Amino acid sequence: MFGYILQRIFAAIPVMGFVALIVFLLLRLTPGDPAAILAGDAATPAQIALIRTRLGLDDPLYVQFFSWIWGMLRGDFGVSLLSGTPVLQMIASRMEPTISLALTTITLSVLIAVPLGVIAAWKQGTLIDRFVMLLSVVGFSVPVFVIGYVMISFFAMELRWFPVQGFRSITDGLQPFLERITLPTLTLTLLYVALIARITRTSMLEILGEDYIRTAHAKGLSETRVLMRHALRNCSVPIITVIGIGFALIISGVVVTESVFNLPGLGRLTVDAVLARDYPVIQAVILLASLVYVVVNLLIDIAYVVLDPRIRYQ
Amino acid sequence: MNKPVLDIRGLRIALDGRADQELVKGLDLTIQPGETMCLVGESGSGKSITALAVMGLLPKALKMTAGRIELLGETIHNAPAPKLRKLRTTAMSMIFQEPMTALNPVAKVGRQIDEVLEAHSNLGAKERKRRVLEMMESVHLPEVERIYRSYPHQLSGGQRQRIMIAMALIMQPQLLIADEPTTALDVTTQAQTLSLLRELREKQGTAVLFITHDMGVVADIADDVTVMKLGEVMEAQPTEQLLRHPRTDYTRELLKAVPSHVPRPPRADDNAPVVLQTQALTKVYSQGGWLVKTRETVAAKEVAFTLRKGRTLGIVGESGSGKTTVARCIMRLIDPTSGTIEIDGTDIATLPPRELKPHRRKFQIVFQDPMRSLNPRIEVGQSIIEGPLNFGVPRKQAMARARELMTLVDLPASAVDRFPHQFSGGQRQRIAIARALAMDPEVLVADEAVSALDVSVQAQVLRLMADLQAKLGLGILFITHDLGVAAQICDDVIVMQHGVIVEYGPAGEVLATPQHPYTKALIEAAPGRHWDFANFRPFSESRQDA
Repeated sequence: MFGYILQRIFAAIPVMGFVALIVFLLLRLTPGDPAAILAGDAATPAQIALIRTRLGLDDPLYVQFFSWIWGMLRGDFGVSLLSGTPVLQMIASRMEPTISLALTTITLSVLIAVPLGVIAAWKQGTLIDRFVMLLSVVGFSVPVFVIGYVMISFFAMELRWFPVQGFRSITDGLQPFLERITLPTLTLTLLYVALIARITRTSMLEILGEDYIRTAHAKGLSETRVLMRHALRNCSVPIITVIGIGFALIISGVVVTESVFNLPGLGRLTVDAVLARDYPVIQAVILLASLVYVVVNLLIDIAYVVLDPRIRYQ
Repeated sequence: MNKPVLDIRGLRIALDGRADQELVKGLDLTIQPGETMCLVGESGSGKSITALAVMGLLPKALKMTAGRIELLGETIHNAPAPKLRKLRTTAMSMIFQEPMTALNPVAKVGRQIDEVLEAHSNLGAKERKRRVLEMMESVHLPEVERIYRSYPHQLSGGQRQRIMIAMALIMQPQLLIADEPTTALDVTTQAQTLSLLRELREKQGTAVLFITHDMGVVADIADDVTVMKLGEVMEAQPTEQLLRHPRTDYTRELLKAVPSHVPRPPRADDNAPVVLQTQALTKVYSQGGWLVKTRETVAAKEVAFTLRKGRTLGIVGESGSGKTTVARCIMRLIDPTSGTIEIDGTDIATLPPRELKPHRRKFQIVFQDPMRSLNPRIEVGQSIIEGPLNFGVPRKQAMARARELMTLVDLPASAVDRFPHQFSGGQRQRIAIARALAMDPEVLVADEAVSALDVSVQAQVLRLMADLQAKLGLGILFITHDLGVAAQICDDVIVMQHGVIVEYGPAGEVLATPQHPYTKALIEAAPGRHWDFANFRPFSESRQDA
């Protein structure tokens, strides 16, 4: 097991290197000169050339690439071309809203969706099942910003239960944090409940047709026990997969939700950086996103081994 | 007389409760304490559904529409769910055909047995574990402490079925329902499992309702037999009486179709040309790689044999013996590690794909499960002509040939436009054979090609293969685990164990006077081999006649 994890971590290194190379080349190959942008409209060619030299943009591509990689290995992600702030610091300040939103959304979604999916599968074809499926269709098809604005207009403006927008760190106290994170969490949760409940129901239906479920009934076990002990555990692999990917998706940026609720998160940082052609920031956030995916996938694979003894990595 | 353990009267079960969709049509069945009753029938006879109805485990779509089921004098067919739950494993238990899928793959087997005690007794954890280990010992599992902590996939098929039996009998029920419990097991494992069931029945006095399609098993274990066909009881008699004097034509046909273990008379060896020859054929699977030690499994080792035109060579052996590996190597579905495979004089063992292609026409395969070996979404005619089209035969000509082939395998030519699900299992296997023949092969590999079929259908397909062989001069490599089938169809037989040929010779010699202890053990283990089904008497009496 330990060897397997080690092996997977080693295997992630070339993946990350490859992603870094692609990101680097893509940005260099797109038209537009950051030095010109930085220098402003009134700059002379000499000034632009000076900026280019200072930023190392005149060096051969491979020199730029390796000096960038070398910098990152020492924790230097460069500075934003726009604001001059170190990139690492910019990302760190945007982490908390995004991670908070991801954790609250995924926790709430799992708590609601898994039981809903189990019940829908158990009572297949009944009113409960149809209600869950209807909810799922609504969650999928209504755009997130519509849900977001409806939530704001009802809970924040009509009932005045929550502030309209913004974010407060949890270090400022639990109540202001919760007040502001609740509406965006509910908005995203509707989407994620739809997704996870559907997957849970589908896998449960498949498992409930298995021979060992019949055996469990033949043993005279209670309905709950059959569902929880024998069926749900066997469905855990697809469910965990969806949860993991859902988590990674939120971290790598839910731009719309962050914009609607004015959350200063990673999604908005990314969009702002792309629009401003702020190379160091774009590179760093894309690398961060792919790192999150690699880590989440590793965690999912480890979960497989824990949950299903038939899967063994020597 | 004592109260019967199980008494079923006028049982009717229908799909969605509709009278025109009846699957069980008025079944009567009585089992006395300690008795073993075999319920025999082919697929679709309603025998498994009857068993599930007793347990109260009918699938939602099936409804019991009439009749009465009494367990130990108590009516149970309309009992509320909690009461039925209480009766399961305490008064009646059930074991199933496939012990791999019948056990929860992600729970330790010891815990799965323990769960029965947890649900039906008030014992503490320590006492429960002691009882579970004791029960595991009484079903003759080795190293019970280790197996207690094992998962199903870490055990052999026979061990898994022993776990199922331990689970079913730990509460000492008066009735055990066994639904084809040995069908998925190897013949030697089957013999051990049957003798275990016999032993436990004697020890606990359990009555057994044993569902099977195998007359050999019936002859070995049943006190009484009930024969079913399409939901109706054809007849019910004590075993020996049924085997000697079947009352209905159906039972008589069923008994006649049982392949005899006495080899058929050998055909003259006419020194026909060799169509397939292997030398030192070896397949090694290796696992692992990067950062990990490689582990090697030898699936087939130094396999050498010769198949002549118009003859049938059988490969028999249990699971893991390497017989399917050999078939797959010959088909080049997998690449052999070393050795040669000569087809029609050319060694194809190492040919690269492009050079192999022209030779592919010459060897074709028929697989075990006709449900899964035909693409369900295209018409069977399209499946048949796919190969010839690939070899440049014009579509019209290929289709005309497909129609011919359909009649050759006794199906209407017009059936080429139908889809696989519109045919029965036996018909589908005929189509699979037609598909193989469309390529005009010289060698036909049949990998357990009749194992998934009912015994009467099996006899028909075997007859068809023999006819086709006589007409077309095919060399057939016939892979089977069933010694009876091998005895009826093969000229020569290879016995394989652990990837190695242990015995190879004319069928008449290998199966009648086996030399190797493994061959002897296989023949020993075959159920019902003392009974000459086709002549309705034991072999001991047949020999006196001769």
